[in-house]
Amino acid sequence: MASGIKDKVAILGMGCARFGERWDTDADGLMVEAFEEAIADAGIEVSQLDAAWLGVGFDAQSTGPSGIPAAVALRLPDIGVTKVENYCASGTESLRGAVYAVASGAADIALAMGVEKLKDTGYGGLPTRTRGSRWDMIGVTGSAPGNFAQLASAYGAKHRIEKSDLKRAMAHVSVKSHANGAKNPKAHLRNVIDIDKALNATMIAEPLGLFDCCGVSDGAACAIVTTPEIAKSLGKTDIVAIKAMQVVSSNGWEMQSDQWDGSYLHTTRVAATKAYKEAGITDPRSQLSLTEVHDCFSITELITMEDLFISKEGEGWKDVLNGLFDADGKVPCQIDGGLKCFGHPIGASGLRMVYENYLQLLGRAGERQRKIAPTFCLSHNLGGMPSQNVSSVSIIGPLGT
Amino acid sequence: MNSGILSYGLYVPRRRLQRSSIYEANSWYAPGLSGLANGEKAISNWDEDSVTMAVEAGRYCLDGIDRTLIESVSLASTTLPFADRSNAGIAKEALNLSDNVMSADQTGSLRAATSSLMQSLQNDSTDLCLAADRRKSKVASIQEMSYGDASAAFLTGSGDVIANYLGGYSNTIDFVDHYRETGADFDYTWEARFVRDEGYQKILGSTIKSALAKLEISGNAIDHAVIAVPVKGVPQKLAAVAGMPVEAVADPHMATIGDTGVCHPLLMLAMTLQKAKPGQKVLLASFGQGADVMVFETTEYLGVVNKRQTEFMQPGLQDTNYSRYLFHRGLLDIDKGMRAELDEKQPGTSLARDRKTVLGLIGGKCTETGVIQFPKTDLPVNTVSRATGTFEDYPLADRRATVLSFTADRLAYSPDPPSYYGMIDFEGGGRMVAEFADIEEGEADVGKQMRMVFRIKAFDELRGFRKYFWKAIPVQRGES
Repeated sequence: MASGIKDKVAILGMGCARFGERWDTDADGLMVEAFEEAIADAGIEVSQLDAAWLGVGFDAQSTGPSGIPAAVALRLPDIGVTKVENYCASGTESLRGAVYAVASGAADIALAMGVEKLKDTGYGGLPTRTRGSRWDMIGVTGSAPGNFAQLASAYGAKHRIEKSDLKRAMAHVSVKSHANGAKNPKAHLRNVIDIDKALNATMIAEPLGLFDCCGVSDGAACAIVTTPEIAKSLGKTDIVAIKAMQVVSSNGWEMQSDQWDGSYLHTTRVAATKAYKEAGITDPRSQLSLTEVHDCFSITELITMEDLFISKEGEGWKDVLNGLFDADGKVPCQIDGGLKCFGHPIGASGLRMVYENYLQLLGRAGERQRKIAPTFCLSHNLGGMPSQNVSSVSIIGPLGT
Repeated sequence: MNSGILSYGLYVPRRRLQRSSIYEANSWYAPGLSGLANGEKAISNWDEDSVTMAVEAGRYCLDGIDRTLIESVSLASTTLPFADRSNAGIAKEALNLSDNVMSADQTGSLRAATSSLMQSLQNDSTDLCLAADRRKSKVASIQEMSYGDASAAFLTGSGDVIANYLGGYSNTIDFVDHYRETGADFDYTWEARFVRDEGYQKILGSTIKSALAKLEISGNAIDHAVIAVPVKGVPQKLAAVAGMPVEAVADPHMATIGDTGVCHPLLMLAMTLQKAKPGQKVLLASFGQGADVMVFETTEYLGVVNKRQTEFMQPGLQDTNYSRYLFHRGLLDIDKGMRAELDEKQPGTSLARDRKTVLGLIGGKCTETGVIQFPKTDLPVNTVSRATGTFEDYPLADRRATVLSFTADRLAYSPDPPSYYGMIDFEGGGRMVAEFADIEEGEADVGKQMRMVFRIKAFDELRGFRKYFWKAIPVQRGES
C-alpha cells in the first residue's frame, strides 16, 4: 500500500495571471505574468528550479506541442520541461508531475505551470477538435455544454426532481459564483447577477442556459513546490502542504458497460474516496473548509458536491438552495468565482483552484478571505465528458494538520 | 422455378413540405405556380441521401428475412452520391449482407429501378433491388413543386413469393423529355405537352400494349395498373387505350409524397401491393428513354408482408419551413459559423479497419463474459476478463434503445439545430452516445424509445466526401 503524498511536499510559491479575454497578450505573456508572482512569492532564483511541468488543454491554439514554449517564455535554466495534457484536468496533472518529482527526491524544487490561450479561436465556447480517427467516425461532435447538460437530464430523472426546481438550483450555483467573482480582481467575470437573469438566459444546451456555463478565458497559473524541509530552510513558516492528489481516468466503464446511469461522475467518487483516505479525512462535510470544484457548468458543480460525499446523493440541489456552498455557508464552493467567473483557461484551471485555496490558507485572499482559518481545502478538476473523463481531487492544508 | 417478389419495403421521409409554403415564398416571381400550390411532398432531412434512404427501405424489406440468403444487391438512382465508389456497396454494408454478394449501381434514367427489377426477375436468384432518389430542383420551378423523396426495396427470388412475375416488355428509345448532365444539379425539362403526347402516350402506351400482347393478357384482366407517370390524367388515358379499367389505375401519390424519380414506380407498386388481394394481376409501367412494363400476380403470402410493412409506415409531419428545405438542398447559403469549420477528413485506412463498426453498427459480444458493447475493443469493458480477441459480431442496428440522458445543443453546429444527442441503452445490452435524427421539440426525454437509422454523419466539403454512421430516432406511434 502506497504511503501517499500527505505532507511530503510543500507549496513554496504560487502565481496567477489575471484571467479573461486577454486580447493584449499570448500564452507566453500569461505564463510570465503568473510566474513572476510565483517566483517572488517563493523567494528563490529561477536557477534553483530543477524541473518543470506545463499543462495545456488545447495546444493547437495555445502553445503548440511540447514543454519548450514554457522553457522559452520563462527562460528556464536548461531543465526538463514536460508538457502534460489531460483535458480540463491538465493543470492538476502539471502540479502532480511537479509534486511527484519532489516527493521522489528527483527534484528539490519544481515548477508546475498551466496556461491556456483560448480567445484566439474567433468564437465563443471551446474549440472544436477531433478525437482520433476511430472516435471521429462513431462519436458525437457535440459541445462541452451539450455533454454536461446530459447529466441534468439523467440526474433529474433518477431523483424525480422537477425540472423547474433543478433549474432554480443550477441558477443559484451561478448567482453565487457571480457574487464571489465580483470580489476577485483577477476574475474574468466580475458582474453580479440575479436569479431571474440566470433563469431567463439564452438556452445553450438544454437545460443549460448561458449563465449555467463557465467563462471561456485566457489565463495562466503556476505553483513552485519543494519539500517541507527545504521550505523551512528558506525561511517559510506558515507552510502549506499537499495532503492528497488523486487522479482517476475512465476506462470505458461509463460509456460501454450498462452499469452507469448517467447521473453522476464515477471517477470523482473514486478520486474523492482515495483522496480522503490519503489526507486522513473521514467526514468531508464537516472537515473540509473550502472547495474549489470543476464548475464548468452549474449542474457539474451541483452533482460534484454529491460525488465528493459532501451532500447526500439526490440532495445536492437542496444543499445548494439552502446556501451550504455560498461564500458565507458552511462549506463554501468557488469562493474565488470558480470556473464560472474566475474563468476557465483549461490548462490553468487546476492550478488556479489550488491558488485560491493557498491564498485562503495564508490569509491573503483579501475581500473574500474566510474569517474562520481554513484547514483542509479541496480542489476538484475534471476533464472530458461525464461518460468518459478524467477527474482529480487534490487537498492542501497547513503542514502537520 | 418461377421468380417473383418475396418481399418489399418502402420508406417515405417524415417531413412533408407544404407546397403552399413554397408558393408563398415565390409567388412574387412565379405566380403561375398557384395551380400546383396544394398538397405536400416528402422531403428527406439534411443527413439523408439516396444511399441512406435505400438502406431504410431495404431494412423494412428484409425484416424477418435471413440476410445470408441474398445473392445480389442493386441500387437504382439518378442521384447517387458517389460516381466512383459502389453506392450499392455502401448499402450492402449498412444492411449487413454477406461479403460474397454481387452489387451494382443502376442509374442513367428514371427507368433504372424497373430495369433493375426486371433483370432480377429474369433469374431465380435472391436479389435485393433498392431504389431511391433525392433530386434537386431550381427555386420556383415546377419541379420544386412536384419532386419528392422516397425509397423502395424489392426482394426477388423463388419460393414463397408474394407476387409471381408473369413477364415483361421493354423498349429503349433515346427520347429526351428531360436530361441532366453528369455533375449538374438540375434537370432541364422540355415542354410538358410534347412529353405527354410523344413520350407517355406513344412510347409508354405502345410498350404497355406490347407487354399485354406478349403475355397474352387482356387489359381488363389487370386489377391494378401501376403507371408511374406523375401527370394528372395520363395514367387513366393510357389504361383506357390498353383496355384496362380506369378504376384499376393506381394513385401516383402526388398530393402527399410527390414525384420520387427513379423510386416512383417501385413506390407506387409497393403502395399498391399494400391494398392488393391475393390472386390479383398488377401491371407496372415506367418511363424514361423508353419504357419498362411488367405484370405480376399476387399470391396468398401477400398478407404477411403487407401487415409488416403497414407497421413500418410512419406518419408524416407537416412542414412549412421552406428556408430550411432550401438550406438542406444546398440552395441557401446560410452562415454556418466558425464551428462548422471542423475538418471532417475521413482517413481511408480507419474506415477500412472499422467498416463493420461504422457502416453496419456491429458491436461485439464477449464469448467469455457475455458482455455486449459498442464498439468492439481488444479487451472487454468488463475488467473481469483480460482475454483479448473474444468478441464476436453483435449487430445493433435493428435493436431498439432507450434514452438514458440527452440534450438539445444549440452551441454545436448542426444543419438542423438544435443538435440532439444522448446516451442510449440497447435492448439486450450495449450502449452508445448517439446523435438523434428526425426529432422535434418536446420529443426527447429520458426513457424515450428509439430506433437506429443509417444517416450521413458529416460532409467533408473540402474533399467531396460524406461520412455515414447510425443515429437514433424516436419510435413513432404505430411502429412495432
